Amino acid sequence: MFDFSKELDLEAQRRRAAFYFLAPMIIALFCVAAWPLLRTIYFSFTDTSLTNLYGGEWIGFDNYLQRRELSSGRVIWRGTLVDPAWWNAVWNTVRFSVISVFFETVFGLGIALVLNAEFRGRGWVRAAILIPWAIPTIVSAKMWAWMLNDQFGIINDILVRIGILERGIAWTASIDTAMTAVLIVDIWKTTPFMALLCLAGLQMIPRDIYEAAKIDGVHPLKVFWKITLPLVRPALMVAVIFRMLDALRIFDLIYVLTPNSKATKTMSVISRENLIDFDKFAYGSAQSTLLFAIIAIFVSLYIWLGKVNLSGEGNQ
Amino acid sequence: MAEIILKNVTKSFGQIEVIKGVDLLIKKGEFMVFVGPSGCGKSTMLRLISGLESITTGEMTFDGEVVNNVIPSKRGVAMVFQSYALYPHMNVYNNMAFGMKLAKSGTGDIKQRVEEAAKLLQIEHLLDRLPKQLSGGQRQRVAIGRAIVRDPRVFLFDEPLSNLDAALRVATRLEIAKLHHDMGDVTMIYVTHDQVEAMTLADRICVLRDGYVEQVGTPSELYEKPDSIFVAGFIGSPKMNFLEGEFADAFDCSTLGIRSEHIDFCDENPVWQGEVVHTEDVGSDNYIFVEIGSKEPLIVRSPGRKGSVYGMKVGLKPQDQHLHRFNREGRPIR
Repeated sequence: MFDFSKELDLEAQRRRAAFYFLAPMIIALFCVAAWPLLRTIYFSFTDTSLTNLYGGEWIGFDNYLQRRELSSGRVIWRGTLVDPAWWNAVWNTVRFSVISVFFETVFGLGIALVLNAEFRGRGWVRAAILIPWAIPTIVSAKMWAWMLNDQFGIINDILVRIGILERGIAWTASIDTAMTAVLIVDIWKTTPFMALLCLAGLQMIPRDIYEAAKIDGVHPLKVFWKITLPLVRPALMVAVIFRMLDALRIFDLIYVLTPNSKATKTMSVISRENLIDFDKFAYGSAQSTLLFAIIAIFVSLYIWLGKVNLSGEGNQ
Repeated sequence: MAEIILKNVTKSFGQIEVIKGVDLLIKKGEFMVFVGPSGCGKSTMLRLISGLESITTGEMTFDGEVVNNVIPSKRGVAMVFQSYALYPHMNVYNNMAFGMKLAKSGTGDIKQRVEEAAKLLQIEHLLDRLPKQLSGGQRQRVAIGRAIVRDPRVFLFDEPLSNLDAALRVATRLEIAKLHHDMGDVTMIYVTHDQVEAMTLADRICVLRDGYVEQVGTPSELYEKPDSIFVAGFIGSPKMNFLEGEFADAFDCSTLGIRSEHIDFCDENPVWQGEVVHTEDVGSDNYIFVEIGSKEPLIVRSPGRKGSVYGMKVGLKPQDQHLHRFNREGRPIR
C-alpha cells in the first residue's frame, strides 16, 4: 500500500522546488548585501572608530544631527546633516548623475537607432562600440588623465594648435573644469552600455509596424516621436534606472581622475574619506546610510513617476 | 481604381535573384491573387508593388505612370499585413486615423471616415480599445479598417488570414470578398499560399513559382486548363492524380493527369484495376485511394456517402474529356 499522507500536491511540490532553487541566492545576497548594509546602518548609530571596530557604543542620531547647548547658552548643531562638505557632495553627485545620465541616454539612443539599421559590418561595429565600456574604469580614468594633462595632454595640444585655446587648461585640477572633465569621461565610457540597452529595446519593436508607417506616409521624425519612442520607453526607463543607480554611487572614476577636488567629490568619495582617511568610521557610516537612503528614494520616485513595469508582465 | 502593369520586373537581394522577370497586367478593379508555394516570390511581388522594396530592373506603372521610384505613401496603396502590424500603443481609433492625421485632414473628416470604416467592419464598439485587448479576428478587421480609411487606389493583402483559426478564416474570407464588391472599383492584390483562398476570392489568379509567373487566369481556367504540371498539381484539392510510365504511354503522353472527380467506377472494360487501400470520408464526399500499380495510389472521388471496403477490388475509367496530357517538359498536349 502507498502512504498517500506523505505525498504533497503539485502546487506544494512546485513551491518547495522554487524555494530550493532560490535559497542559495537568498543566502548569498544576505551575506554580501543585506548584512553589510545592516552593519553599516548599525555603525552609524554608534561611536565606532576604525581602530576599535567592536567597541563602539550606541549614541543614537548624534552622527546625523546633534544639538549641543554650551554653558554660555549658545546652541550648536553638529552632524552630517549640517555638514556643508556633505551637502556639497550631495549636490555634486546629483548634478553629475542627472547630467551624465541625460547625455548618455540621448547619445545612447542615437547610436542605437543607427545600429538598428541594417548595414554592412554591423556586427563588428556593435562589438567595437562596447570597447570604452569594457576597459576597466581605473585604466580609462588614467588614460583620460593623461590626455587631459595641462602640459603634455593631447587634448590641450590639439585645442591650442587649432587655435581654440591660447594655452593649455588644467582640466582635472581646475575647480571650474574638473566636473566637466569627469562628465566627459563618464559619458564616453558609459554611452555604449546605454546604446546596447536601447538597441535591445529597439529590436523588440516589430519591423512591420515601421512598414505600416511607411505606407501610411508618416514622416520619419514623426515615426520616431509617435512610434519608436513610446514603444521603446519601457526599455529606456529600465536603462535609465540602471544608469542612475550606477551614477549616484560613482566613486572610482572621480577618485582616480580628480582626487580631492571639492568640485567633484561625491557622496561615495566623501564617505570613504571619513571612513578610512579621517578615521571617523561612524560618521562615514552615517553618510553611507544616507547615500543608500537617497538612492532608494530617487529610484522609488522614478519608478512611481514613470510607472515602470519591472516585473516584465503585460508588455507589448 | 488603378491599372498596374509590370514589364520584365526583376528583384535581387544581393546575389540572390528572387523575381526573375515578370510581365503582368492587373486590371482596374480586379481582385488578383498571387499564389504559390513558400519561397516562390509572391510576398516579394506584393512588396514591390507596395513600394516597400524597390525593383531591380524593369518597369512598373500605375495607370500609365511609372512608379519605380515613387515612395509607398505616394502610390496610393494600402496594405494589410500578415501580423496586422497595428501600433500597439494606440487605440483602434488612432490606429485607423494615424495616417490621416499626418495627411492634415480635418478632424471632422477623419472622424467621419474612421466611423464609416468601423461601421462597415462592425468594429464601432472597439474604437477605444488597444490592440492587445482584441482577438485575432478583431485585430484583422482593424488592420483592414486602417487600409480602408486611406481610401487607396490599390489594396494589398499579405496572407491576411494565416494567423486566424479555420472557422474565422472562412468567415473573414467571405467578408473580404464582400468588401471587394462593396468597394467596387478598388484594385485588390492578395497573397496567399492557400489555393482554396485563391480559388474562392480571385477574379484572376497569378501562380508563381521560383520567381517566374507560371500562369495567370481565372480560377476555372486554371482548374480546367492548367498550362503546366505544376499548376495542375497546385490548384485543386485533393491534388490531381499524375500517372507516368506505361499508364501515360497508353495515352500518348509523358505524364497523364486526372482529377479525382473525373474517374468513374466501372465493372465492365475498366481502364485501370486495383485494390482499395484507404478511404477518406470528408462528409460530403468519400475519397477512395486505389492502388493500381502507379507511383502513388489513385485518388477517386465517390460522391455522397457511398463508402468502400478496404481491400476491395475495383475497376476504374477516366472521363476522356477531362484528361490532362503533359509532354516531357511538363507542358500540356492539346
